[in-house]
Amino acid sequence: MSALLNLEGAVLTDAYTLLADDAELLESGAVIVSLTRWQAEAAALAARSAPVAVKLANTVDVLTLAADVLARPMLVLDFPAFGDGRAYSQARRLRDRDTYQGVIRASGAAVVADQLAMMARCGISEFALREDQPLEVCQAALSSSGKPLPYQPARDLDKAVFAARQ
Amino acid sequence: MYRYDQFDQALVNARVDQFRDQTARYLAGTLPADEFRHLRLRNGLYVQRFAPMLRIAIPYGTLSSKQLRMLAHIARQYDKGYGHFTTRQNIQFNWPKLETVPDILADLATVEMHAIQTSGNCIRNITADHLAGVAKDELIDPRPYCELTRQWATEHPEFNWLPRKFKFAFSSSTTDRSATQVHDIGVHIIKNAAGEIGYEMVVGGGLGRTPIIGQVIREWLPEEDLLSYSEAILRVYNLLGRRDNIYKARIKITVKETGLAKFKEMVEAEWATIKDGPLKLRRADIERFQSFFTAFDYEVSAASDTSYAEHLTKDSAFAAWTKRNLKAHRQPGYAIAFLSLKARGIAPGDVTDVQMDAIADLADQYSFGELRATHNQNLVFTDVKQADLYPLWQALVKLDLATPNIGLLTDLICCPGLDFCSLSNASSIAVAEEIFDRFESLDYQHDIGEIKLNMSGCMNGCGHHSVGHIGILGVDKKGEEWYQITLGGSSENKASLGDRTGPSVDREHIADAVQTIVHTYLDLRASEDESFLACYQRVGMPPFKAKLYPVAAEEAA
Repeated sequence: MSALLNLEGAVLTDAYTLLADDAELLESGAVIVSLTRWQAEAAALAARSAPVAVKLANTVDVLTLAADVLARPMLVLDFPAFGDGRAYSQARRLRDRDTYQGVIRASGAAVVADQLAMMARCGISEFALREDQPLEVCQAALSSSGKPLPYQPARDLDKAVFAARQ
Repeated sequence: MYRYDQFDQALVNARVDQFRDQTARYLAGTLPADEFRHLRLRNGLYVQRFAPMLRIAIPYGTLSSKQLRMLAHIARQYDKGYGHFTTRQNIQFNWPKLETVPDILADLATVEMHAIQTSGNCIRNITADHLAGVAKDELIDPRPYCELTRQWATEHPEFNWLPRKFKFAFSSSTTDRSATQVHDIGVHIIKNAAGEIGYEMVVGGGLGRTPIIGQVIREWLPEEDLLSYSEAILRVYNLLGRRDNIYKARIKITVKETGLAKFKEMVEAEWATIKDGPLKLRRADIERFQSFFTAFDYEVSAASDTSYAEHLTKDSAFAAWTKRNLKAHRQPGYAIAFLSLKARGIAPGDVTDVQMDAIADLADQYSFGELRATHNQNLVFTDVKQADLYPLWQALVKLDLATPNIGLLTDLICCPGLDFCSLSNASSIAVAEEIFDRFESLDYQHDIGEIKLNMSGCMNGCGHHSVGHIGILGVDKKGEEWYQITLGGSSENKASLGDRTGPSVDREHIADAVQTIVHTYLDLRASEDESFLACYQRVGMPPFKAKLYPVAAEEAA
């Protein structure tokens, strides 16, 4: 079971169950469904008392998401391969325009120690670590202690060198 | 030149620590090899044919004597005593040990240098006109804008995992000396009718296996919007660029497949939402960066020197050097001097540790302690007093750095080729040497005049063959080295891609082929003033083809 971290590096208990598109809908408990399933079964899903999060492929244009998707308590972005950085831009678009204020969770094969800090800078707030990831290394990657200020404003725009020099 | 403040230094130091940790984790087996590959590339480290290769950035080509001495130290301490200047204002070391790279990066950090993002699918070193700040045809020094862009691009959290590598080049002169039209983004700094500074933005140019000339995406971008507009382009590209095929992943293909109009529409829509955000440059920001690139304290009395004219009349070798290797300076009494890294028997762009140390001393003595790396793989002292030219030349002759061939045939661009690079199909350095031998006579070269011979060992085109007036590309034919020739390429103002002459030529005949092309040009040119490129543009391929492939021509006749 892989660990789930928040921005501060604290280990969270994962309240959500990822539901495959053909899996039967659970009667209770928080679930994550694909965008396709959400669009097909929005009414039934929204009627549940437990939270429903939506997982987005990294090819989804987040600017076209309907209001009911943006009303979800959590969106899950996919980082399917180490070198595939599309979801970074999806996160920026979701955050920078204040389009979405809920939890953005990163999942996939690239949710590893060496990418967490940049994910956080783009507005991702939860990290479903790949199974082999050593917890301490990941927590150190998320910690800001001893880290230099980044140059450019991103999600953390008040903390950039560009602003600090002014 | 730009000097690091505590923020710059902290970032570079932290990056060294980070890479040291990543290397240790890789060597301990806890970081998978494929992931370490991505990470080491972003720190300039390739694994080459024989050993790792480390590429170090020389942002927009400006280098201090202190930095050059450190590069000499690295060559001596960690390598085999030499370095290789590239076509994008980087320097490469071909023999470092993987384990020592963190130490090399730590040494570099002490002189405000790094290898961050010199490779990998991210924003690469920002390049500019090597005559920035001194060129007579320049509107404004592009380097403050380059440095702003460098800082914005460095460890940009969103753009570290792009579909493919991404290169910026800047120019603000009437002559484009930085090949802006064959870059992912070419920035032309311009002035509008109201006298305001801004940019013409060119996008989607590139070399490699599908060379494409960039297109203007925006004719006028206000000065304060450089970074927000760049961010908009990069965001659209990051989301849209193809990731299914490495050969179709550059932005040039994205723009081509999407269409410039549609691509522009997407960029403009993105930009509209961020242009007034925190990336908007303020006057104070721009002025702060400009304050690093002010003119040196020139001596007005330098213009009254008479010794230079005397030496010119007395020493014909010196006179030949001044004719080819000097450019006029804005300041009376000063000159711009090129150090040729294209001596006979030396791989183009190579310098030894001893030469680097000596060049650093000469820069201190004669050019305010600074120098430039050019995209033609030479070095430049931008601010030499006229009276110092003769002693400088004498010193350069001793160092074998005074070959008077700047802009001539043997001032050729060449990648490391098969001798070093694991991608290469053919050796480029040996061919360069053979061409050097054929055209050894300088009088002959002067007669041929301005010509750009560019050579790459493979389709990736590191030697910019597609934009050479004569381009040579190494290809593999059943394990043998063959060479495809193109004519009429140019990366200057009206950039163009070379046309293929026909079937490729084998190793034994490539130098003959170049000689045939040159002879054909000499026969065809309207006058001595008609350059090779102008002549080719006038007469076209057929006469060259006829001489290169006489048998085929006969059969066709």
